[in-house]
Amino acid sequence: MFKLKCDDFLEYDEATGTYSMSQEQKVRDETERNHWKTTGITILKDWRLYLMLVPMVVVYLLWRYLPMYQLLAAFKNPASATKVEDQVWYGLTNFKELFFGGQANEFWRAFRNTFIIAFYGLLFGFPFPIILALFFNEVKSNIARSIMQVCVYLPKFMSTVIITALTIVLFRGGTMGTGIVSKLLMAISPSGALHDAATSPYGLVFSDRYFRAIYQIVGIWEHGGYDSIVFFAAVIAVSPTSYEAAQIDGASKMQQMRYVVIPSILSTVVIMLIMKVGTLLSVGYEKVYLMSNTSNYESADIVATLSNRWSESGGSTALGIAAEMVNNLIGMILVIGANTVAKKASGVSLY
Amino acid sequence: MKRKIEVSELIFKIVAYVFLIVFALLCVYPFIYALSCSFSSANAVESGKVVIIPVEFQSIAYKYVFTDNKYWISYANTLFMAVVGTIWCMVYTLMGAYALSKKRLMGRHAWNFFLVFTMWFSAGIVPQFLNYQTTGNIMAAIAGKPWTEIDEKWLVIIAMGMNATNVILLRNSFEGVPAEIEEAARIDGATEMQILWKVYIPMSKATIATVALFFAISRWNGYFWAMRMMKQQNYSWPVQVYIRDFIDKSSELVKPHEEYASWEEVIRGGYSTKDLSALSVVYAMVICAVIPILCIYPFIQKYFAKGVNMGGVKE
Repeated sequence: MFKLKCDDFLEYDEATGTYSMSQEQKVRDETERNHWKTTGITILKDWRLYLMLVPMVVVYLLWRYLPMYQLLAAFKNPASATKVEDQVWYGLTNFKELFFGGQANEFWRAFRNTFIIAFYGLLFGFPFPIILALFFNEVKSNIARSIMQVCVYLPKFMSTVIITALTIVLFRGGTMGTGIVSKLLMAISPSGALHDAATSPYGLVFSDRYFRAIYQIVGIWEHGGYDSIVFFAAVIAVSPTSYEAAQIDGASKMQQMRYVVIPSILSTVVIMLIMKVGTLLSVGYEKVYLMSNTSNYESADIVATLSNRWSESGGSTALGIAAEMVNNLIGMILVIGANTVAKKASGVSLY
Repeated sequence: MKRKIEVSELIFKIVAYVFLIVFALLCVYPFIYALSCSFSSANAVESGKVVIIPVEFQSIAYKYVFTDNKYWISYANTLFMAVVGTIWCMVYTLMGAYALSKKRLMGRHAWNFFLVFTMWFSAGIVPQFLNYQTTGNIMAAIAGKPWTEIDEKWLVIIAMGMNATNVILLRNSFEGVPAEIEEAARIDGATEMQILWKVYIPMSKATIATVALFFAISRWNGYFWAMRMMKQQNYSWPVQVYIRDFIDKSSELVKPHEEYASWEEVIRGGYSTKDLSALSVVYAMVICAVIPILCIYPFIQKYFAKGVNMGGVKE
């Protein structure tokens, strides 16, 4: 243990027999007193560095942080004035209205849909890129693999408008002639619900029953290949000596997979999984917006699109703001929770 | 020594190849299909005769699209927004990431948190919309014109498209540059800007290319906010908004007939609905809009592959 002695900060003068403050302590005191001054001088000397930070901070403040001011509208009475700053406080009335009021059904439906879309996305969308990466590892020819990779990354770079346009057109039914995928599905099931939906005026995308499946398939098609990059990097990082050792021990292909490859990519998988859980609720609203109309709100309407619709119709902007705030707050808790778990589990912080 | 291939290994290999080939084909098939449909006759497209190659080859859909001035105006708008928007985003992202990568920056953790928090929590669509509207009003006040008359391209360019992940990507790459090189430059009398320009930027070219491409692609593909902010101004629409509007307006694929005009009302004089299907035009528009991406894609995809792995965010 460190022990403080008086001659650390005092000096004994033998001639007079008195103590006085030591020279070192004077310097220490001086530094402490001038802490803010020296900090200021360091910053001023380095002003160029801080100036470089300014544009980014301003952009983020103006268009990422300033919108948060509008969240106050969730706690204010929308009837009292048009601008947030003039409205009167309303307590939690908006939230009560949202959870139990006249439009509560619509909100809970959107909330449930957000969760379901996100959960299915995790369930089906997460394992796919891993499988893809394991399969890519089997292709020993670099040229063949590169060609395949170029193909599977491609959808990621297409815009949502184009992807949804193609989806709607391929799954269309009814008045404009059935789309090619609808036709295929009709051939597979000549009668029944699928057949009916495929021939209905809007086709399969805009049917309550099949929207979720199509959304997930399109999601996998769009992101599957691109997401496999991370896992593929982990798979090829497995050293060849591990395979050799396993082969010498007589491990079959499946056993190599089970005991060599899977354990070595497990940490990547866990981190990516945690990350995915963290962003669970930020379902891409753009895609949902483009793939939904009044006929499939039952299964397609998510909180973001609902809130957008409420504000567009002008009726319940405050409720829309409150609804999305609830959604985003839960999302934030998930991210922070996931990050904490990741830190505990692997010592890596994702942010 | 030749190793005997086991049955299980063989099966696994076959499954892998088949799966990959099928998936790879599925990934490109919709685009091939769209290309073929755009070159097929109206009758063939609507009755679904096209499978892979064009049926009853004709190029009337392209003739229609090429003479559609509004489409090309929106195309030019998108190009403009993509180029200028990417430059603007890169300028402040590069400088900000450089500053954040410096250990001597005071309050470095706070600045990082400031940035990362935007990834955790966003105010939501409605507050952002209200905020953009205010920005538009202020821009209108500066320009001295009413809000409906200002060119909202600039609002989209300046106020949208920021992405904290890209900043972090760049910051990590800058942190990887050895401090000795910077010190050497400093001793030679380089200023802060010169160090960024002559040391850091040349040394992290791959990441910078990746980030710039991320920005450019997201600009080129952006839809929602451009649509939401430019409702009345169809002369500054980007091409994505134009395509979607065309689909909504000209066909009954998305909206019921009563809400919009139909193809009969949209189609221009000189064309008849018999020869030209709205679907063919949609396909032709889609093909025209993806061509720029398809052209640069083979050259950039390796950067993306690299960029993602760098994105495995460090502590």
